[in-house]
Amino acid sequence: MTGLAATSGNDLTTADGVPLKVSLSRAQRRNKIKAVLLVAPLFLFLLVAFILPIFDMLLRSIDSAEVVTHMPNTVRAISTWNGEGVPEEAVFAAAAQDLAAGSRARTIGKVASRLNYEIGGMRSLIMKTARKAKKLESGPYKAALIGMDKRWAKTDVWQLIKRESGSYTLSYYLAAVDHKYAADGSIEAKPENLQIYVNLFFRTMWMSGLITLLALLLGYPVAFLLATLPMRQSNLLMILVLLPFWTSLLVRTTTWIAILQSQGVLNDLAVWAGLITDENRLQLIYNKTGTVIAMTHILLPFMVLPLYSVMKTIPPTYMRAARSLGATGFTAFRRVYFPQTLSGIGAGSILVFILSIGYYITPALVGGQSGRFITNFVAYHMQQSLNWGLAAAIGSLLLATVIVFYLLYNRLVGVDNMKLG
Amino acid sequence: MNKHIKVLGMAAFAGAFSATAMADSLTVVSWGGAYTASQKSAYHDPWTKKTGDTIVNVDKAQAGLAGLRAQVEAGNVTWDLVDMLPSEAQIACDEGLVDIINHDQDLAASPDGVAPSKDFIAGSLSECFVPQIVYSNIIAFNTTMFSGKQPSTMKDVFDLKGFPGKRSLQKKPINNLEWALMADGVPTDKVYDMLRTEEGVNRAFAKLDTIKDNVIWWEEGAQPPQLLADKEVAFASGYNGRIFNAQVNEKQPFQIIWDAQVFEIDGWVVPKGKMSKVKAYLSFATDTQRLADQAKYISYGPARVSSAALVSTHATTGIDMKPHMPTYGPNFKTALHKNDEFWADHLDELTERFNAWLAR
Repeated sequence: MTGLAATSGNDLTTADGVPLKVSLSRAQRRNKIKAVLLVAPLFLFLLVAFILPIFDMLLRSIDSAEVVTHMPNTVRAISTWNGEGVPEEAVFAAAAQDLAAGSRARTIGKVASRLNYEIGGMRSLIMKTARKAKKLESGPYKAALIGMDKRWAKTDVWQLIKRESGSYTLSYYLAAVDHKYAADGSIEAKPENLQIYVNLFFRTMWMSGLITLLALLLGYPVAFLLATLPMRQSNLLMILVLLPFWTSLLVRTTTWIAILQSQGVLNDLAVWAGLITDENRLQLIYNKTGTVIAMTHILLPFMVLPLYSVMKTIPPTYMRAARSLGATGFTAFRRVYFPQTLSGIGAGSILVFILSIGYYITPALVGGQSGRFITNFVAYHMQQSLNWGLAAAIGSLLLATVIVFYLLYNRLVGVDNMKLG
Repeated sequence: MNKHIKVLGMAAFAGAFSATAMADSLTVVSWGGAYTASQKSAYHDPWTKKTGDTIVNVDKAQAGLAGLRAQVEAGNVTWDLVDMLPSEAQIACDEGLVDIINHDQDLAASPDGVAPSKDFIAGSLSECFVPQIVYSNIIAFNTTMFSGKQPSTMKDVFDLKGFPGKRSLQKKPINNLEWALMADGVPTDKVYDMLRTEEGVNRAFAKLDTIKDNVIWWEEGAQPPQLLADKEVAFASGYNGRIFNAQVNEKQPFQIIWDAQVFEIDGWVVPKGKMSKVKAYLSFATDTQRLADQAKYISYGPARVSSAALVSTHATTGIDMKPHMPTYGPNFKTALHKNDEFWADHLDELTERFNAWLAR
């Protein structure tokens, strides 16, 4: 502000005669550029490591370019087919041509994998025919293809190819909610013995809710002690909270296996104490119980730390004031202390809940068959079945769920009230 | 735009799978544990001694196809050689993720001059795949869990009354459906015909239902020996080499039930564009001597006919390896060859059904 000088005329100017307004906006622009440059690395990082992958995932969940890219002639020829009976010769000719070309270029396997997700057996049908089609020189192709494999005379094979001939598909999302396209193109539920994901979504939700609740019940008194005990004791307690937090996730999970398994420490103790007989050892792991116990323990620090940081800021005088005005200990806690910790409860709960619906290592190791989460199936489809479209669809639904919960939370508690420390 | 985003996303994913490779080092992907150790002793160490190349082992074969696909799509292939099962190798080959192998040109002939295409076990070579070993999926039990009669057949595994205790099976439909049918009395040569029908699949699941409540499902190959050793389960399915390793090197009281063993081969694929880099090593690692040497460390049968005669004794304990091989006469009587084509076609739908069945 030292450059500010007296006025000449009506406009305020600086010492060198530049109007004050201009000078000010220049200075502000410089600051803005500085600020943007400071934020830029983080922004770029988030863009590359977070936003683009999410965008990619959303694209993948509807992307279905395999058929149209690698069987272009068939896609063109089949567009005029009415979907009844078996297509005419021209479609078969185009298919034979595409299959032969795809076999030579070694790209037809992608089509085979894609179609096999929808109907089991399409992989061998496509691959076998493609290998033989290389030797086909002239028509009639319809008879030739059906001669190679009689499945080519089936209507549903061609309906599938026609249905998946677009660049985008909804079939991954349908599969993620246990539905599929019926032969006539309408949407129907999968048979009951193939339904799996919807139940898993709900199970993931309610178990995460339970884990959050347990973490809150266990974490609240701990945080309270941390915030109110004298420095010496609370430091020791803090170390007890943080030490497991710094320990590897896998170590903590496998420790629970050693403790909870039926020949494990806990069961041995119970048998030794005569609480249970040797034949009736409790099954505490490889089921829902195992998942809940291990995950509550692993996520507990994420509940304790936000609660602690909020409780630390509540002056003890408030409670004393309430007591001096005649409140009982419980009333003072309920009416004065507890409401002030709500922001910590909100922060801890949403943190634990969102972390736990995204967890997959712990449920995979201790969850057995009944304690698995939907995320285990995302991992399965990424690494084992290689159905990345379905993995992306499940992931996108999970993302949408988290956003819904976040908005609900914002509505009920208000994100501005969230305190992480 | 779309394409660029994809490549970026794939690059991020591939990063998770890739290992840093140096100029004169080979990155070899395999299954880890006792198996990688046997490859290291039989192929890697002699190769390093001979040429000075270092070999980096990556234990990612469990997600080998996923990793390959990610690396090829991202255009940044960091793996040089990948250990794979034939069904996955076929998919990788069909999708153009791996190089085509010209067996007679790229591989070494047997010492007495038999061409590779004639020397490997009949039907085991394919366009993009060189087999190394024959291994078997078997069920083993802990002998200390049964005081009276010891189990010996697949029927016994499904007999909860006669042989009580938990069972541990792999969390996959593969092998379990075959075993369920064989335990239910289906002859070995009818198993896959049966599984191609709805009734056959229903029958297999119905048989599995009878033991479902007593099954602990495993996912990593190291788990079954551990569960058996802890007496957490009485029976566990597993790879015969891992069980052998526990029997011999860790002196565990395990016994293998060879009845209804499901055997298959395992071998190498060469990731796209890596053929020139690994050709010399591949030829070395799959020659007659090297494959025979591997059988000193793990009880997997060599995939070359000419290696079989050279199989001798275990490297550290000196026991005769032959009775521990899946292909040994008495072990092989009721063996089932895993049908790769069947599983390539039906894995997706049967896994879905299996998972739904598990969750119920």
